[in-house]
Amino acid sequence: MASGISLRNVRKSFGATEVIKDIDLDIDPGEFVVLVGPSGCGKSTLLNLISGLETLTGGEVLIGGNRVNDVPPRDRDIAMVFQSYALYPTKTVHQNITFGLQTRRIPKDQQEEAVAEFSRLLQIDHLLHRKPGQLSGGQRQRVAMGRALVRKPAVFLFDEPLSNLDAKLRIEMRTEIKKLHQRLGKTVVYVTHDQIEAMTLASRIAVMDNGHIRQFGPPEEIYENPVDLFVAGFIGSPPMNMLPGRIRHGEGRVAVDVGEDLHFVLPSKLSEGLSVAEGHEVVLGLRPETIFAAGTELPGPDRFLFERPVEVVEPTGPDTMIVFEIGEVEVIARVRPEDARPPGTPFSFEADMSKAKLFDAKTGRAF
Amino acid sequence: MRARRTSGIVRPKGLRSTLMRALLFAVLGLFCLYYLVPLVVMVSTSLKTLAEIREGTLLSLPRAISFEAWAKAWDSACVGVRCDGLRPFMWNSIAMAVPAVLLSTALGAINGYALTKWRFPGADWIFALILFGAFIPFQVILLPMARTLGLLNLAGTVPGLILVHTVYGLAFTTLFFRNFFVGVSNGIVQAAQVDGAGFFGIFFRIVLPMSIPAIVVTVIWQFTQIWNDFLFGVAFTVGDSNPVTVALNNIVNTSTGVKEYNVDMAAAIIAALPTMLVYVVAGAYFVRGLSAGAVKG
Amino acid sequence: MARSPISQFSPARWLERRLPVIVVSPLFALSLFFVYGFIAWTAYISFTPSGVMPVYDFQGLAQYERLWATPRWYVAIKNLFIFSSLFIAISMAIGILLAILLDQRVRAEGLIRTVYLYPMALSFIVTGTVWKWMLNPGLGLQRLMREAGFENFTFDWLVNSHYAIYTLVIAAVWQSSGYAMALFLAGLRSVDDEILKAAAVDGSSPWKTYTSIVLPILRPVFLSTVIILAHLAIKSFDLVVALTGGGPGYATDMPATFMYAFAFQRSELGVAAASATMMLMTIIAIIVPYLYSELRKTA
Repeated sequence: MASGISLRNVRKSFGATEVIKDIDLDIDPGEFVVLVGPSGCGKSTLLNLISGLETLTGGEVLIGGNRVNDVPPRDRDIAMVFQSYALYPTKTVHQNITFGLQTRRIPKDQQEEAVAEFSRLLQIDHLLHRKPGQLSGGQRQRVAMGRALVRKPAVFLFDEPLSNLDAKLRIEMRTEIKKLHQRLGKTVVYVTHDQIEAMTLASRIAVMDNGHIRQFGPPEEIYENPVDLFVAGFIGSPPMNMLPGRIRHGEGRVAVDVGEDLHFVLPSKLSEGLSVAEGHEVVLGLRPETIFAAGTELPGPDRFLFERPVEVVEPTGPDTMIVFEIGEVEVIARVRPEDARPPGTPFSFEADMSKAKLFDAKTGRAF
Repeated sequence: MRARRTSGIVRPKGLRSTLMRALLFAVLGLFCLYYLVPLVVMVSTSLKTLAEIREGTLLSLPRAISFEAWAKAWDSACVGVRCDGLRPFMWNSIAMAVPAVLLSTALGAINGYALTKWRFPGADWIFALILFGAFIPFQVILLPMARTLGLLNLAGTVPGLILVHTVYGLAFTTLFFRNFFVGVSNGIVQAAQVDGAGFFGIFFRIVLPMSIPAIVVTVIWQFTQIWNDFLFGVAFTVGDSNPVTVALNNIVNTSTGVKEYNVDMAAAIIAALPTMLVYVVAGAYFVRGLSAGAVKG
Repeated sequence: MARSPISQFSPARWLERRLPVIVVSPLFALSLFFVYGFIAWTAYISFTPSGVMPVYDFQGLAQYERLWATPRWYVAIKNLFIFSSLFIAISMAIGILLAILLDQRVRAEGLIRTVYLYPMALSFIVTGTVWKWMLNPGLGLQRLMREAGFENFTFDWLVNSHYAIYTLVIAAVWQSSGYAMALFLAGLRSVDDEILKAAAVDGSSPWKTYTSIVLPILRPVFLSTVIILAHLAIKSFDLVVALTGGGPGYATDMPATFMYAFAFQRSELGVAAASATMMLMTIIAIIVPYLYSELRKTA
């Protein structure tokens, strides 16, 4: 029942502005793909091209193996949840949910059955006779989901569905959406600008920037092996620390000189295949959780110890962020709350270099 | 009016949708004709000679273009006993409309500002009472107004008409500005207060410069209303002080002599020219005024 | 807590705080006098035996009895009813039709809208003048059709006392239907785009999207358009004067022209005041509930 989606050389321009620049993407049946990127990167446009709410400028879109370029949205076997929910304000919740069934001339009893099933699932069965204006934000969200689910389409499209909810509800609904996907097994394409939503929901993430897909892969891969500086900086919160420096060879090892007499020694798995000249400009990427108070973790290989004064201390509850400076760059370390020290005190840090990433400063690509 | 962002939706192609599209444009085109034909007839008749009008039909175009009717309508057609054409009455209308528009707009602006940004107890009631004035049938104030103008020694004069239009335009202008100011953030006024500006300081230095669109809409609306008014003109002026609408009606409905349709049409166009010009130049603002007239904020 | 010097009384601060009221008061007083004072004045005249000149002896409802015993008043009421119901119904129908058609991705939309709406910029006197010429049986439409080969075509409504009222409808619809179109189009455009997209995904045809989703959302626009057109109809005076002059005879009289004729031509101030009061009552019955609901919404 779930269909795969394929995009081939997809392009979209509005007037002279090219919004989608030659995108290829293959989504497997039953997959949960999240399109994530900063605002204006083209992610919503790409979703609208899949739904048929925008017409392609070039290339083709296939749903379930069929070319749908000229197929209107209603015949694409899709359902969509919108950012504003787009509930029909003059219709009751019940009428909102059944509208798509009516237009498809589904028999009344089947409609009722479907409404009963999904309104119970979404816990909106007590709201069926209300109008959207009488619902809270979270309830509207559930109705919008119900309207999409009840049609049992092959593909679900979500356009930033949680961005109008408060933080607590957003986490609740996130879990709910994940549960629904696990239960129904339909293909989902989900647009968000929130990288945490992307990480928690996706089976694969497509990180978009400026009309291109920078990287497409499972969340762990995107997190652990970002292909370039953009992806590395976009995914992760707080973001990855980026230390510009130069390559130094010596004593059978390779290090990155980030100034202030700090030479971060690269682990062998990074330095081995590396063929760059002495002094080559690079960016060393260290996620905050790979920098901690010296001696607080089990010892391991490829550790690098250094000392810096604490600038700012930011407790978050489970962890405390310590901000310090290397050269002009602010660096964040994630330490246990009990290891925190007041600003101004010198602090011994330990970096797990086995988790470090190395990027070419010119091209931004990962080595 | 903004365009839709739904215009990209993929639609089925084929003969049926092509036919529907053709039908759509046919209907739209027919209605264009419906609205335009009277204008064409008006212009073409005004350019014909009387003889040609008697020979031809409504839609026949003038064989030779003649501006005689225009010249006559402008300065020698007879309005009552006076035969100076529309010219003196155009001046009356301008002398009436310009001050009345400026006064009613200025007063409406300050009124709307005080009622929305400095809400005091009863402000809503005051607004509702003022607003109702925009909807009364003016017949209900004709007799007292005639008497009051007499007492003020303004009966039958242009200044009298300015007073009438200002007073009864106030309800509309207050409504326009109130609707505009409701959409202006109170934070701006509060910030200006913290910065030490007072009631008038905030109005002139902060609120008024933001209100240019509202001012344009109001001025256009008031100008159209006042220029096109007939009731006040016919009730409160006599002969020489008539505005142009009254003079036009007198030219057209005079029962003496030969009926000169070409002069009637030329006079009608002349009387309509100022508001048409405003419409062509600032149509978008005109439409906004029309929708604002529907009260909605 | 000790009183800070700031909270002490100062005349300048007192003035500053009262300034909004001080500014609004004279304007409000103006409005009270010229609107409500005059309404009361007119209402009072209607209770007096005023003729050529106003007199102020109270005599009760005699003028209303005279008014309602005047056949011409009944003609005016009946005309108002015919005129306003046709005028509102036809203008609304054309307005909705054109608004929906213009909403279909029409390239020249701006131009077409300009054409549909320009009559609204004209004075009713100009509209009356041009339609009077076009409907003139001698040289107008009738002649045009006869020359075109329809020898027996007759269109003499303008001079026919049974049909003259409909010529007013024709001219008024021509002038104001574009206005209805503009109000509806603005309404259509204010509907959230995502709702229309949702309907497209839900499989709704364009026709069904309008009838079952968009038009129900526009119910408030319907209401305000009816009210505005009704208000225009009740006040219509200029068009009658310019197109038919209330004639033939008084066949196309309306309350507005009736009042004017009795006040300024027949010098029956009492009856005129009574008829004006009746007009006001009608407007109040329509406008006040509408304003009340509108103001409650925005307040």
